[in-house]
Amino acid sequence: MRRALAALLIAVLPVAAPADDLRGTGDLGIVIERTTGSVLIVDTTERAAIVRVEGLGDLSHASAVFSPDQRYAYVFGRDGGLTKLDLLTGTIAARIVQAGNSIGGAISDDGLLVAVSNYEPGGVRVFDAGTLEPVADIPAEWDGGLSKTVGLVDAPGRRFVFTLWDAGETWIADFSGEGAPVVTRIGGIGANPYDGLITGDGRLYIAGLFGEDGLTALDLWQERPAPRRILDGYGRGEEPLPVYKMPHLEGWALAAGRFALPAVGRHEVLWVDAVTLEEAGRTATHGQPVFAVARPGGRQVWVNFAHPRNDTVQVIDTLSGEIVHTLTPGPAVLHMEFTPRGHEVWVSVRDADRVDIYDAATFEKLGEIAAETPSGIFFTARAHRTGL
Amino acid sequence: MRSLALLALPALMAGQALADAPDADRLLRLVHQDCGSCHGMTLKGGLGPDLRRETLADWDAEGLAWVILDGVPGTAMPPWRGLVTEAEARWIADYLLTGEKP
Repeated sequence: MRRALAALLIAVLPVAAPADDLRGTGDLGIVIERTTGSVLIVDTTERAAIVRVEGLGDLSHASAVFSPDQRYAYVFGRDGGLTKLDLLTGTIAARIVQAGNSIGGAISDDGLLVAVSNYEPGGVRVFDAGTLEPVADIPAEWDGGLSKTVGLVDAPGRRFVFTLWDAGETWIADFSGEGAPVVTRIGGIGANPYDGLITGDGRLYIAGLFGEDGLTALDLWQERPAPRRILDGYGRGEEPLPVYKMPHLEGWALAAGRFALPAVGRHEVLWVDAVTLEEAGRTATHGQPVFAVARPGGRQVWVNFAHPRNDTVQVIDTLSGEIVHTLTPGPAVLHMEFTPRGHEVWVSVRDADRVDIYDAATFEKLGEIAAETPSGIFFTARAHRTGL
Repeated sequence: MRSLALLALPALMAGQALADAPDADRLLRLVHQDCGSCHGMTLKGGLGPDLRRETLADWDAEGLAWVILDGVPGTAMPPWRGLVTEAEARWIADYLLTGEKP
């Protein structure tokens, strides 16, 4: 019955809306509906969906970045689809299918280039943010052919940084000059890096490793960044638990001088000193963390978990490292997104077809939005943050 | 009294069989949404390999069910034993190989 009601609510949303009324976009965002290939454009002030846009292809594992004017979302689909979505008109401004199998993207600091990370064919392709015309193709060539690429982020100076899952390398593609990008290859990152993050100051790139017990950091402020292993052997030689969902490093958490990072194959969040990069504590959690996301300002870190313990969200106090609250929003919590100043947090509950909205300070539930198998939630404030 | 017990027994067994029968809706969601984390919602692959029927042509259902239950050591494929029963693993294997609900 609840489901039927949700379906009804979904059905009455218009599929396109005219932009008759002037409005800003700073409090808008999108919710990915992974199974139906649609997105909801949402208003975080009204805590409501404005419009549903359909026809974005396979949106399983989809993510999005925003234009500097916060009008357009670039949505990266699993099927290689790259869709430029106009948040004001609720329409698709441009769309291409640029590869066979993709995993996220990034937008350059000047907002003029959009890059997509591809599994098939392995590598990164870069497009004009205005027209989606191709600008550059960077095949991830290594001894074994083409590597799947992961952890693609933007870095200051019109650069993109990404990592090769098969090859264990991180590449920096510099588009600051004329013509073809200058690509710097850095080897020795480690076995099977599964994702990467860049800190908000653009200095540190960290690759998480699936095939080894640790992570690798690169100082991008150095002329020639050298890999530095951090949290080496954090599993203490213990057999890791089976991993039913890879953690995500995007949405990294820097809080009170420490990073919070999800452990692989362990029910733990790991803390790293942001200056020394040494381990600075651990927090035992309900399950294997997928996202560990700091509330803007860093006062708490919110954590969700891998299948089958994915009905729960825990909140860690940054100062003490203790869990201060546990929520059970419902089956398959996939993502969490804070409002720009961090007063509220939106939580997608895939198998309940619902997005829940919580007060980030009191944990009180403030509202919910019906959505068809919601996954990623992305607010336009990301437009002005490096690496998001 | 004995005849009643005899009557009840088949009913009990039928009930048991029903409880053990794979729940198709649950398994379809598991395959596309959760296996899909690595293999893609359409099963055409991601970090994990392509699981579409044509790609799996060389596999038999029994072998595939064992991979599901025990994983592939040295790779990112985890063992699902404990989360799915042997009957459910076989159901998933049959579904992957035929593209139809068994």
